[in-house]
Amino acid sequence: MAAEPVKRVTDIGPPHYGKYLPPVVKANYGKWVDHEILEPGVMVHIAESGAKVYTVRAASPRLISVNKIRAYCDLADKYCEGFLRFTSRNNVEFLTAKAENVAPMKKDLEALGHPVGGMANSISNIVHTQGWVHCHSAATDASGIVKSVMDALHEEFTHMRMPGKLRIALACCLNMCGAVHCSDIAILGIHRKPPKVETERLPKICEIPTAVASCPTAAVRPANISGVNTVEVIEESCMYCANCFTVCPAMKLNDAENDGLSIWVGGKVSNARHEPMFSKLAIPYIPNNPPCWPEVVDAVVNIVKIWSKNAQPYERMGEWIERIGWPKFFKMAGIPFSREHIDDFKHAGLTYKRSTHIRF
Amino acid sequence: MPEQKFPDKLQELKSGAWPSFVKEIENAAQTSPMAKDLYGQLNQSYNEKIGHWKHGGIVGVLGYGGGVIGRYSDLPETWPNVSHFHTMRINQPAAWFYRAEDLRKVCDIWEKRGSGLTNMHGSTGDIILLGTTTPELEPIFNELTAIGFDLGGSGSCMRTPSCCVGPARCEWAMYDTLALTYDLTMTYQDELHRPAFPYKFKFKMAGCPNDCVASIARADMSIIGIWRDEIQIDQDAVREYAERGLNIQSVVVGRCPTRCMAWDSKELFIDNENCSRCMHCINVMHRALRPGNDRGATLLIGSKAPIMEGALLSSVLVPFLEIVPPYDDIKGLVNNIWELWAEEGKNRERVGEFIQRVGLANFLDAIGLEPEPEMIAFPRENPYVFYRTE
Ligand code: SF4
Ligand code: SF4
Ligand code: SF4
Ligand code: SF4
Repeated sequence: MAAEPVKRVTDIGPPHYGKYLPPVVKANYGKWVDHEILEPGVMVHIAESGAKVYTVRAASPRLISVNKIRAYCDLADKYCEGFLRFTSRNNVEFLTAKAENVAPMKKDLEALGHPVGGMANSISNIVHTQGWVHCHSAATDASGIVKSVMDALHEEFTHMRMPGKLRIALACCLNMCGAVHCSDIAILGIHRKPPKVETERLPKICEIPTAVASCPTAAVRPANISGVNTVEVIEESCMYCANCFTVCPAMKLNDAENDGLSIWVGGKVSNARHEPMFSKLAIPYIPNNPPCWPEVVDAVVNIVKIWSKNAQPYERMGEWIERIGWPKFFKMAGIPFSREHIDDFKHAGLTYKRSTHIRF
Repeated sequence: MPEQKFPDKLQELKSGAWPSFVKEIENAAQTSPMAKDLYGQLNQSYNEKIGHWKHGGIVGVLGYGGGVIGRYSDLPETWPNVSHFHTMRINQPAAWFYRAEDLRKVCDIWEKRGSGLTNMHGSTGDIILLGTTTPELEPIFNELTAIGFDLGGSGSCMRTPSCCVGPARCEWAMYDTLALTYDLTMTYQDELHRPAFPYKFKFKMAGCPNDCVASIARADMSIIGIWRDEIQIDQDAVREYAERGLNIQSVVVGRCPTRCMAWDSKELFIDNENCSRCMHCINVMHRALRPGNDRGATLLIGSKAPIMEGALLSSVLVPFLEIVPPYDDIKGLVNNIWELWAEEGKNRERVGEFIQRVGLANFLDAIGLEPEPEMIAFPRENPYVFYRTE
């Protein structure tokens, strides 16, 4: 019954990548000279030796069961000598030296329900976080919105007809596990009410100085409330960042009626052409509307549409907006400009228009 | 599914062209009571528009200070099988390559002892095993190490380093991102597994300025490949691009950020001294243009998400460094930075915020680097200078 006892070892680190590289990769490691995208989701890399490796990239929901991983593994055995890899955007990739394996592999992946694509001028998978599936901070879900948005945009994953790359990311709170702050379109979960301080419980489970120090705007301060040494929140100073909640569970911000999402645009991380940029606020608030978040889907699809129709070749969202100007962007997107769009945190002055370069 | 007080809203997320996470949870729920209750609790969240997880508790495996995120349901009576639902972070192999044989072993362990649900992968790069109970942690750890896997990082430690596919499949890798990632991971096992820093510290290795791992936005130390000498031009191949209809003037030359290119329909000219190594022209005409041969990386420091003093991008710390094992110069620098930041950084202050607080010039002094103009976008605009007159 009991398995034989395993000797306890620590600090062995991850498996060495060397034993996980497909043979053709291992043989041509560091010797690649060129590549070509053959069709959406399929590319070939060519080595100095003339060797070729074909890559088939398929979408994945990131949250996957062990049975799905096993199905991937079966494909790897069938077509790729038992090797596979994943990408930084949570896609799955199958590499093979055999051109003839590409078509059947593509068919098998599509039969498994995983569209092939996400290369070149397409919309790749949405990098996202845990949401209601696994996180205590979440102002919204992650997987459900990603699924709904990609259901609407999946044809842009399986085609390459965009002017440039478009990267969408989602984070379910301001902690932003994932690079959403530098994405072409960022979907960000937000709270809009100050923390609800559990006055009595707080001193039992939190350190008051830590809670006070956690607040970037000094909105948390020590207080004696009916004889209990606890904290209070100066509500006007609160910008709902949830830093306090991160260090003190008795300061919950989650609020079913007021939590929701915001949409940010124009960020990028690549150095190609324009330097990397942060995403900037486009839509301050959209209420949570599970299971399919139609308002978020519409907002994202709308922004994708105006960009893809108007951007020049290779122009990323932020480069396009910089060329046409923000007033035009708001007008074209039909997004009302509001007081929330104007920065009031540190260095806000740098975001004001400091010239007469105005387009009418 | 158990008796449900709530209408099953998740069903709507099963159809559609994009692969469904709901189907994945259902699939795991066939054998896992945990996955079944996860479905139930998530569906309740979808009905109530609010999450039902409690703030994490401290759980882990013997001798490690991280790698496990404690998670508890705030509805343990309704969903008893997710009353504990801890996450385990497993250090991924560099560039996320796997042998199916070994990945199946991970699956078997996780099916037996956890929910059977995973993220491939988490934001930092680890394999995320979603949901198990406290008593299972030690056995899972032992079974994982027996097949050659170890935990990743969590908390105020060096987080699991990650990298782009680099030389394994990309012609633009200016250094071996996988080798450096593996080496740093192994060198700093203690810093990875036993949190002792003011806050988290992430490394991300990108082979070239395209930065496919977003290192400039998400790593406390971003190591981005670059070259110093001239872009290699194959003029015949350039003409071929033109013949096949590429508008080199508008799409390549016209989009060069430093306007350092010229094209007269026969020859492409690049003023390499003014090329900012942005990669655009190479990306577009990869058959004709290749980075130079004097290769290395730029080290940048300090990027992070907004929490808590606002988001930062990494900024240049070392404009150019050759990246060769055993990487002593990187490690020397890293050790100096960690020593300083561990000593003087405030609790939950990322290194980027620390630099903002003390000033880059002071930071450079303390870690023993000379100021260089490549480190700034432009010199100061204010005259409030702390002169040193000795
Ligand atoms: S972004 Fe916030 S809510 Fe979402 S997983 Fe990260 S910490 Fe949790
Ligand atoms: S939510 Fe942020 S701003 Fe508001 S009290 Fe908490 S830490 Fe301060
Ligand atoms: S960052 Fe550069 S070297 Fe690395 S995979 Fe991307 S393009 Fe290739
Ligand atoms: S790499 Fe960028 S800056 Fe350099 S020549 Fe090409 S487009 Fe211009």
